[in-house]
Amino acid sequence: MVEEKISKSIEFCKSFEGHRSALYHQFPDVVANAKDALQTLDFPTTRSEEWKYTRTTRISNEAWNISNVPSSIDIQPSLIPDLNAHCIVFVNGFFRQDLSSPSFEEGVKISQTLQENLLPDAVNVFQTIHTAYCTDVISIGIEKNVQLKNPIHILHFNDVALGCAMPLVEVIAEVGCQVHFVESFISTIEEKTFSHRQLLLNVHENAIVHFDKIQSQSDNHFLLNDEQVSVASNGNFTVNTITIDGGWVRNNLHISLDGQNIEANLNGVFFPRNKQLVDNHTKVDHRFPHCNSNELYKGLMDDQGSGVFNGKVFVHPDAQKTNAFQSNANILLSDDAQMNTKPELEIYADDVKCSHGTTTGQLDESALFYLKARGIGEENARKLLATAFINDVLLKISNNAVRDFVTKELVDRSLIFI
Amino acid sequence: MLSIKNLHANIDDKEILRGLNLEVKAGEVHAIMGPNGSGKSTLASVLAGREEFVVTNGEVVFDEKNLLDLPAEERAREGVFLAFQYPVEIPGVSNMNFMKAAHGEMRKHKGLDPLSAKDFLRLVKEKSALVELDGQLANRAVNEGFSGGEKKRNEIFQMALLEPKLGILDETDSGLDIDALRIVANGVNALRSPDRSFLVITHYQRLLDYIVPDFVHVLYKGRIVKSGGKELALELEKRGYDWVKEEVDALEKA
Repeated sequence: MVEEKISKSIEFCKSFEGHRSALYHQFPDVVANAKDALQTLDFPTTRSEEWKYTRTTRISNEAWNISNVPSSIDIQPSLIPDLNAHCIVFVNGFFRQDLSSPSFEEGVKISQTLQENLLPDAVNVFQTIHTAYCTDVISIGIEKNVQLKNPIHILHFNDVALGCAMPLVEVIAEVGCQVHFVESFISTIEEKTFSHRQLLLNVHENAIVHFDKIQSQSDNHFLLNDEQVSVASNGNFTVNTITIDGGWVRNNLHISLDGQNIEANLNGVFFPRNKQLVDNHTKVDHRFPHCNSNELYKGLMDDQGSGVFNGKVFVHPDAQKTNAFQSNANILLSDDAQMNTKPELEIYADDVKCSHGTTTGQLDESALFYLKARGIGEENARKLLATAFINDVLLKISNNAVRDFVTKELVDRSLIFI
Repeated sequence: MLSIKNLHANIDDKEILRGLNLEVKAGEVHAIMGPNGSGKSTLASVLAGREEFVVTNGEVVFDEKNLLDLPAEERAREGVFLAFQYPVEIPGVSNMNFMKAAHGEMRKHKGLDPLSAKDFLRLVKEKSALVELDGQLANRAVNEGFSGGEKKRNEIFQMALLEPKLGILDETDSGLDIDALRIVANGVNALRSPDRSFLVITHYQRLLDYIVPDFVHVLYKGRIVKSGGKELALELEKRGYDWVKEEVDALEKA
């Protein structure tokens, strides 16, 4: 008789058994298959290249629970002043109609089933778990040629100790529409939480989608974002990933350029400090000719904070006349901070312009002295230089209300000086 | 105002200043001249508080305070201003924000609130006119893409704005054409006052035609080896530094 060994992921999901995946009614087979797959799946270790600098044991060893007890939560302090957005609110991974905007602009369709029936590809075990026990699904459709006046603000709150939130957000930006999304990740308790948010985003032909992601949880919070973006011909997509705070943050951003004449911009800035870890894995697939992608990520590591950047750019054989630019620059503010960065370019077309660059250094001592020689104290001088360093990323946030909000959050945390 | 006694300073264990003495009274302009490598710029850096330089002996008293005990930023707040030989480019920091922060610190040190945005802007306009600095430069990143002349004028503009008690000009004239030199010198002259002193460090006499010094000192081998009035600068211009070097070297051998 063979003793059955229980896989780590089954162990991990033990307390989720009473919860039925939000995908079940639409994809019962997929959910069943995901549960089966868990029998043999373990969590990635640092031996796996994709997770070389990002340990998952602090997540996999914890006994998380899924909680759908509607709590009262005040979203007001988390709203962005002057943004005038319509809100979609999740608490512990569950959509909260009562906290969300009662109505949306004309041309916006909100539903709790996937509209394009595309499930995310499971690349990591967390995604399989997500499919098996997805907490909630929200699909946001923007109709053809609709230009939204106001942004849509998606807010994620966690307020249950050891709560595990696994929402799935689908965005369908129809042909020729224009929309601005802001997404915030907020924790309102000190105890540990784990959020795994999956995003499926389809930018149809000639549509313009701008997406600002603001991650500001605190030291005890684990946040995993999986994003699968597909952009069609003449589409324009920008995503800014602003990681202000968070104990453990991993962003997996995959943008597939599935047409011609597309522009994709992906920018990010991160400030790991204390013992925080922020990991940005990005992948851009250039599949067709005449597309541009611009990538700019900057990190400021302090204390024992650690940053990871891995940027893949694939230029497929048909993708002639591609322009793909990638840059990652980092500053270590303390002796114990670390940064692991790895750009990966794979180019299979012969008529392309591609570049990548990565730097990791310290604040410029001569600039520091120059500031001090004008009476600016050591701490403010450092912050002024830090501000200067990341400012070009902040300027990629085109909406003034969002940029002012992010700036204020950074100033309040004494990360920058203006 | 400034009293330097037996100042010794090293960089990378190499002794650059070897017992320098200098007395500067309020309102005086002292020119420090000397051949390359004599320690002129080291003196400027040590006074401003650059940490690479290690003071091994001696004292510097400024306004009854022991200057060497203070970090660079506090020296600046006490009224020491160094116009850099090579002003640093700081991409991403606008000249305006930089000066607003610095001016705010100066006022805080005096127990004053920062100026309102409007008043500060007016002050910037007034002071930048002094060195004929284009208003546009205020909004650009600090020294980034500035011409050599613009950088030096920016230094004087900053000095005018921060109103120090002691201005140290570290080879402010080097690399300037005659027009830029005139503008910079006019700016400095406009700032001369009975309670503000200057140390003008230069390799060439040319600047001293415009900023007329009360005293001229020759620095050589880390010490002041000759002092005189403004006519000493003219003599150095005519005869070079070799005769001074020979005098000193002969004395050393004896």
